[in-house]
Amino acid sequence: MNASSQPLVRISNVTKTFKRGSEEIQVLAGLDLSVREAEFLALMGPSGSGKSTLLNLIGGLDRPTSGMIRIGEDRVDQLSDRQQAVWRARHIGFVFQFYNLLPALSAGRNVELPLLLTDLDKAGRRQHVAAALAAVGLPDCSRHFPRTLSGGEQQRVGIARAIVTDPTVLLCDEPTGDLDRKSGDEILTLLQTLNKDYGKTIIMVTHDPHASARASRTVYLDKGRLSDNPSA
Amino acid sequence: MIRPALLFSVALFNLRSLPGRKAAAITAAIGIAGVVGVLVGVLAIARGFQRAMTVSGSPAVAVVLRSGADSEMTSGLSRADTRTIGDAPGVARNYNGYITSAELFVIINLPKLSTGTDANVPLRGVEPGAFEVRGNIEIVQGRRFATGRNEVIVGAGAARAFAGLGVGQQIKVGRNVWDVVGIFTAGGGIAESEIWADTAVLQPAYQRDDNFQSVLVKLDSAAAFEEFKESLTGNPKLNVKVLRQADFYAEQSTAVTRFITTIGVFIASLMALGALFGALNTMYSAVAARTREIATLRALGFGASPVIFSVLLESVLLSLLGGTLGAAAAYVLFDGYRASTINWQTFSQVTFAFNVSPDLLGMAIGFATLIGIAGGLFPAIRAARLPIAAGLRES
Amino acid sequence: MKFLPLLWAGLQRRKLRTTLTFLSIFTAFMLFAFLGAIREALGGGVGMAGRDRLIVRHKVSLIQTLPESYKAGIASVEGVAAVCHQTWFGGIYQDPKNFFPNMPVEPADFLAMFPEFVLGDAEKQAWLGTRTGAVVGRATAERFKWNIGDRIPIQSPIWGQPAGQGQWEFLIVGIYDGTKKATDTSQMFFRYDYFEEARQQMKGQVGWYTVRIANPDQAAQIAAKIDEQFANSPYETKTEPEGAFAAGFAQQIGDIGAIMMAVVGAVFFTILLVAGNTMAQSVRERTAELGVLKAMGYSNFLVLILVLLESSCIAISGGFGGLGAAWLIIASGNPIPGLLPVFYLPANSIVTGALFAVALGIVAGALPAWQARRLKISEALRRVG
Repeated sequence: MNASSQPLVRISNVTKTFKRGSEEIQVLAGLDLSVREAEFLALMGPSGSGKSTLLNLIGGLDRPTSGMIRIGEDRVDQLSDRQQAVWRARHIGFVFQFYNLLPALSAGRNVELPLLLTDLDKAGRRQHVAAALAAVGLPDCSRHFPRTLSGGEQQRVGIARAIVTDPTVLLCDEPTGDLDRKSGDEILTLLQTLNKDYGKTIIMVTHDPHASARASRTVYLDKGRLSDNPSA
Repeated sequence: MIRPALLFSVALFNLRSLPGRKAAAITAAIGIAGVVGVLVGVLAIARGFQRAMTVSGSPAVAVVLRSGADSEMTSGLSRADTRTIGDAPGVARNYNGYITSAELFVIINLPKLSTGTDANVPLRGVEPGAFEVRGNIEIVQGRRFATGRNEVIVGAGAARAFAGLGVGQQIKVGRNVWDVVGIFTAGGGIAESEIWADTAVLQPAYQRDDNFQSVLVKLDSAAAFEEFKESLTGNPKLNVKVLRQADFYAEQSTAVTRFITTIGVFIASLMALGALFGALNTMYSAVAARTREIATLRALGFGASPVIFSVLLESVLLSLLGGTLGAAAAYVLFDGYRASTINWQTFSQVTFAFNVSPDLLGMAIGFATLIGIAGGLFPAIRAARLPIAAGLRES
Repeated sequence: MKFLPLLWAGLQRRKLRTTLTFLSIFTAFMLFAFLGAIREALGGGVGMAGRDRLIVRHKVSLIQTLPESYKAGIASVEGVAAVCHQTWFGGIYQDPKNFFPNMPVEPADFLAMFPEFVLGDAEKQAWLGTRTGAVVGRATAERFKWNIGDRIPIQSPIWGQPAGQGQWEFLIVGIYDGTKKATDTSQMFFRYDYFEEARQQMKGQVGWYTVRIANPDQAAQIAAKIDEQFANSPYETKTEPEGAFAAGFAQQIGDIGAIMMAVVGAVFFTILLVAGNTMAQSVRERTAELGVLKAMGYSNFLVLILVLLESSCIAISGGFGGLGAAWLIIASGNPIPGLLPVFYLPANSIVTGALFAVALGIVAGALPAWQARRLKISEALRRVG
């Protein structure tokens, strides 16, 4: 892929307004952002600043009120619901603060979930799952259920699920928010490895400076606007 | 120590959150209401039928049939027999003589109003004493039939259920035409399903010569029954069986009552089971939905008892609400509802009214409460034994 | 299908709730099935009636008898192919509670008229050759554990004692089966000539006639002609197709039957309402999980299908399970043979029940699935924490 010329993710003049009852609240007010391929971007800001909203827009979970979002060749803001779903399956991997694993499925089955949307046969799926689990350092945990895993392990499974389809971008929403310092560090190390050794593009929302220190670039979001410096 | 005030405060706190779970609560209450309403309805049928069959069974009235007859239709008594019976000790007298009525029982076909198709209607030939023997016959429209004429009076139940039985109308039976001259009630009893005529006119119409099928006798008192019976069964010239009227009716209704009761109980059991599963489900869901709240309460120091109590209370209250609704609906819809069906033992129709009696309503509510307790107990215990830390984390 | 584990996971989520929902649906459908069987027993004779048969009875009432001499008169009516008679014997075996219908008939005519009663040739010959012989239906034979060769004593309050004997006694020479499940195999038939000779009253009288006509479309005309023949005689007749006659009986039970059906139907729906609501609720509770799936790229449509499948699973397994269990119980025997002549689960009940089960699954899953569909993914995920 062309790594240097064009940014992978281009956001220009994006606004997002929410209706709360009869009020209209503008969460994002005309944002511009570019992310290069294989970049590890941290998105910081106080709570309520719209970080998660921005992440959702990038991931095609929602559409901006106005503006353009382009990832690779695709205009994400112009996709219909069904097109968004298809696009998301191919290009995005999500990592959530509370892991969001399905408790009734084993770790392996959880990781397999995105693969069910592809044309891979059973053997192929099993291969990918094994590879993903190995990449996150849990090669033997396939049959374990989430309730038997620690928080850190569950998040690793979450990351394995996010990378199993080899997506274009990894979107992480407070991935260490629910973990203690040690486990959190392990997760961040894992993300860094994925970024440096595997060239994965990662956009991470966090409020923890320790986490953002691990990223290659940090931007700050406040009152709906982006800047390269933290606000006072 | 468990303080009542504590229990109630927790219970109230629990109940106050109910509006937030309106949909589930309403559905649960409706479920119980439905089951209770139906249970009452089905039992009301059995009650109503039983009541129609037995309410007019007086202990001071005796019925005499031929020995071995299982119903009036299979019985046969000669006039001489009826005289002997009338002369037995214990029979009450009035200025006319002994209070007896030798009777005939046949069946005619008339269209049933609800279906339009023919049904078997009892036609009973009676003697003038029949009214006083029974003691509860009242002419509510028209008059009694005149002896010796082709006239009939119709029971109120029969008049309601079958076509062509209004005062002034005529019934054509074979070659005979009968005028309907009156309508009578019999205290809600079985006689109201019948049409009455003069025995003396019925006999030749049915080629019965001078034979009857049963004799009804009014006794001096209920205690006179034994003496009356022994005098007849001990008489070598007679071959009869003697019953109190109440026992006779009870005997005549066993088949249908058994049918309704058997099927009714079976159905009620299944219904109860279904309702119980539904109630359990609702309560488990209710507890699960508020895991965090319950865990918080317990983390704050409330013991297991207030929690159990509050869940049980909620369950019982919901069931009581549903049960009362169901019972009330059943009462409004069913009480007094008239129906008729065929009594296989007499091969003729019996009209009766659904009877939603107070004890049925009480039973229904008790039933609902039981379901409420059963449906709430296990969820309540589970709520109380929840590991607090896990519960606090759950969403 | 590859989505099976996902489906199973949904069901396993709250095992207790799934089990309870399954059980209440199971119970509701068992109720439904028994209802069908009872209704069939009370009114099913209509379906079994022969299209080409008429019933001739005394015009006033079935309990009045007709002369045996009418047989010739009926047979002479144009369009009549065969005639046979039966009489209500009202016999009691040991106890009135052991009720079953028993009738004297002319064997050859009778078997020819009612091909739905299946009797082996040897047994038929035995019946023709034994004066006191009787054939009994399989249901009653099994109920009292009778075998061929048994002597059965019967009391008849209606006909009294037989001449020269203390009580009526019949020798079982055959056991008949029905061609269909709905055929009544509870009846016992014995020979008219023995009956006529031994009875001490109302000789020469029979209960009713069954007539086979060559052309079923002529039923009304032939019936009218038969009745015309005996009009204004001491024994006037009423002739009607066998189906109408059976329907009349069903109507007599009528009110009770209809009421029971309506009433239990209400319960059936109530139980399903509760079950449906529970299933819908369990879907609503998993909005977050559905949100995660959508975040992964599962389309709205796919998620809808998964939800529908899950609720259908419970509904169909509960529904079919309940129907099946009821079917097994019903097939194992008639619990009240004295009150219900036949007892089986009719096909239309099974089909209707199955359809209801599927409908329940779809309805219970559709509403919340539709709501989930409209939910924005970001909101769904936000609910988690």
